[in-house]
Amino acid sequence: MGTLHVGVHYITRVEGHGHIVVDVANGTLQRCDLEIVETPRFFEAMLRGRPYTEASHITSRICGICAVGHATTSLQATEAALGIVPSEQTQLLRKLNFFGEILDSHILHVYMLVAPDFFGVGSVFPLASTHPEVVLRALRMKKLAGDLCAAIGGRHTHPITLTIGGFTHLPRADELEKLGARLEAMRADVDATVELFQSLKLPQFERETEYIALRQPDEYAFIGGTITSTDGFEYPISAYRQVTNETLLPHSTAKHTRHNRESYMVGALARFNVNHDKLHPRAQAAAAALGLKPLCTNPYMNSVAQVVEIAHCVEEALNLIDRLLVRGIQPEEPPPVEVRAGEGVGACEVPRGTLYHHYWIGEDGRITGANCIIPTGQNLANIEADMRALVPTLLDRPQDEVRQALEMLVRAYDPCISCSTHMLEVSFVGATQGNS
Amino acid sequence: MNKPKIAFFDFTSCEGCQLTVIDALQTHLDLLNAVEIVQFREAMTEKGEDYQIAFIEGSCSRESDEARLRAIRERAETVVALGVCAHLGGINAIRNRQPLEEVRAYVYGDKAAWYETGPARPISAVIKVDAVLPGCPIDREEFVRAVKHLLQGRLPQLPDYPLCVECKLKENVCLFHRGKVCLGPVVRAGCNAICPTYGDSCEGCRGLISNPNLDAMKDVLHEAGLTVEDILTRFTMFGTYQLDEVRRTEGG
Repeated sequence: MGTLHVGVHYITRVEGHGHIVVDVANGTLQRCDLEIVETPRFFEAMLRGRPYTEASHITSRICGICAVGHATTSLQATEAALGIVPSEQTQLLRKLNFFGEILDSHILHVYMLVAPDFFGVGSVFPLASTHPEVVLRALRMKKLAGDLCAAIGGRHTHPITLTIGGFTHLPRADELEKLGARLEAMRADVDATVELFQSLKLPQFERETEYIALRQPDEYAFIGGTITSTDGFEYPISAYRQVTNETLLPHSTAKHTRHNRESYMVGALARFNVNHDKLHPRAQAAAAALGLKPLCTNPYMNSVAQVVEIAHCVEEALNLIDRLLVRGIQPEEPPPVEVRAGEGVGACEVPRGTLYHHYWIGEDGRITGANCIIPTGQNLANIEADMRALVPTLLDRPQDEVRQALEMLVRAYDPCISCSTHMLEVSFVGATQGNS
Repeated sequence: MNKPKIAFFDFTSCEGCQLTVIDALQTHLDLLNAVEIVQFREAMTEKGEDYQIAFIEGSCSRESDEARLRAIRERAETVVALGVCAHLGGINAIRNRQPLEEVRAYVYGDKAAWYETGPARPISAVIKVDAVLPGCPIDREEFVRAVKHLLQGRLPQLPDYPLCVECKLKENVCLFHRGKVCLGPVVRAGCNAICPTYGDSCEGCRGLISNPNLDAMKDVLHEAGLTVEDILTRFTMFGTYQLDEVRRTEGG
């Protein structure tokens, strides 16, 4: 009784490489680690010596899923260092591109990575024959999100047109009109997504933690804002290190972070907990229909918060397209850059949470130092704290159920391990199973 | 008829090429019916070790990767490098330009020894590669064409002419005429000149063509007031490993 060894080697349906290691002996939790085994990536070191103009293109390669998020945050940091303020049109287009990426990433996660668990299958592929309407809907929604990104950035993965101070290419009004019409038609798919998640039974598990997200006075923040915590703290973006306090641990090539407690959470659920009052009414209705209420302390509900954000981003993307069409796309060139030595921080709410880029630029325009803090890295300590609270409640269950509960927990965070450098396999330590 | 079994693997990378595969499949569901995917960790739990075609994304950047690469090579009839990280080392190889110890210490400080790493290399530095899909990320349509070729038992062929050819066909204004610097004259076509089409210079993610017209490139650079060194520095973004190799060959 009360002895459990769990090892999930290479957690699947997550971005990147990680293992879960759990060891319980005689009812006492000996070890509960999320090992991050992704190879070290060294982006910060690679940026040193490169011209400032390359930073956003190099750092978008940190991640294939949130490439727009990295590029946007990178441009913010560079622009802060060089004293450049982008035009209103640039800011609107960046935001529209950003909504496209949030949609793409969330749809990928909730439909293709999370949903198979609830249908009892190992991937989305078998659902194509058993639940074609679900798969076709997911593909339809994802394609629209990708097309939205491509209209602005040239392509979704590793955007081309985003540059310091503006864009190298602008979408045409008729392209935006067509995307607007498709987004309006997507509302029915959003409603169907809400219905699907209403019907799925998520595990019941509550553990309160600190939730941190950017906050803006007049909108649900994605680009810039004030770092805001549900424990009552607020910081300007430039003071991000007071929040992140990075440390290294031997079992993870990704750095861990902590603020007011042993850990904190970032991502869709944290954003919902911090900014629920700024959601679009249709997204608030979706939250109500899904039973998502602040302060929500069930980490499995992160996927539900993503569904709510899908509803929000569709509406806000429509509003942005309307604004852009009313003011007309102006043929702007990015402003000229006066190279100078400087330092700047950028922060965005990318799909998985708050992302920080911090650059130091020398007088010759070459980057002399860089620091990137990734959402998944910030969530690692919180995932481990969840596992430590969850495992003792599962000791009477068969090993496969424990493994699935833990994998689903980690997956709910939508970890992006290449980004955080380093993440998922569960290994139950030891070969014997003595838990029943 | 048995469907060919295919598997996807990843090493040091952003997994953007595998995401591009997922995006390509969503508009080519017919391809999904023509093959059996037995392993694709990013998208599925099942893990089959019996496959004919292996697509590998990412660079080899630590010694422990080598055994895994060799095991894939032993099982697969055909190995395809997916994207510039696997093909040429890609962005990862920028770090090869600095002493490894400095790179490690900058990111991990005095804990650097906890994490195994080495220089970033293309997978062809470790195993034989039968075909390559270049780019960062791969081109969706090129991937689809490649799979069709493989299903017919043929290896996909790459264009071996410079990007400028595609750019001209698209009637783009040459970026040199717009005061920008572009690697198009010496870089392999096949992406439909996507970056210049969207107003940005070619950064060389598909690698050099096998016989670049360096004299013509020098003339273009001279007109733009640039040196060969300027453009080589630009090429190191994706091509550090390839340049080092050219230098090794010339020097050796």
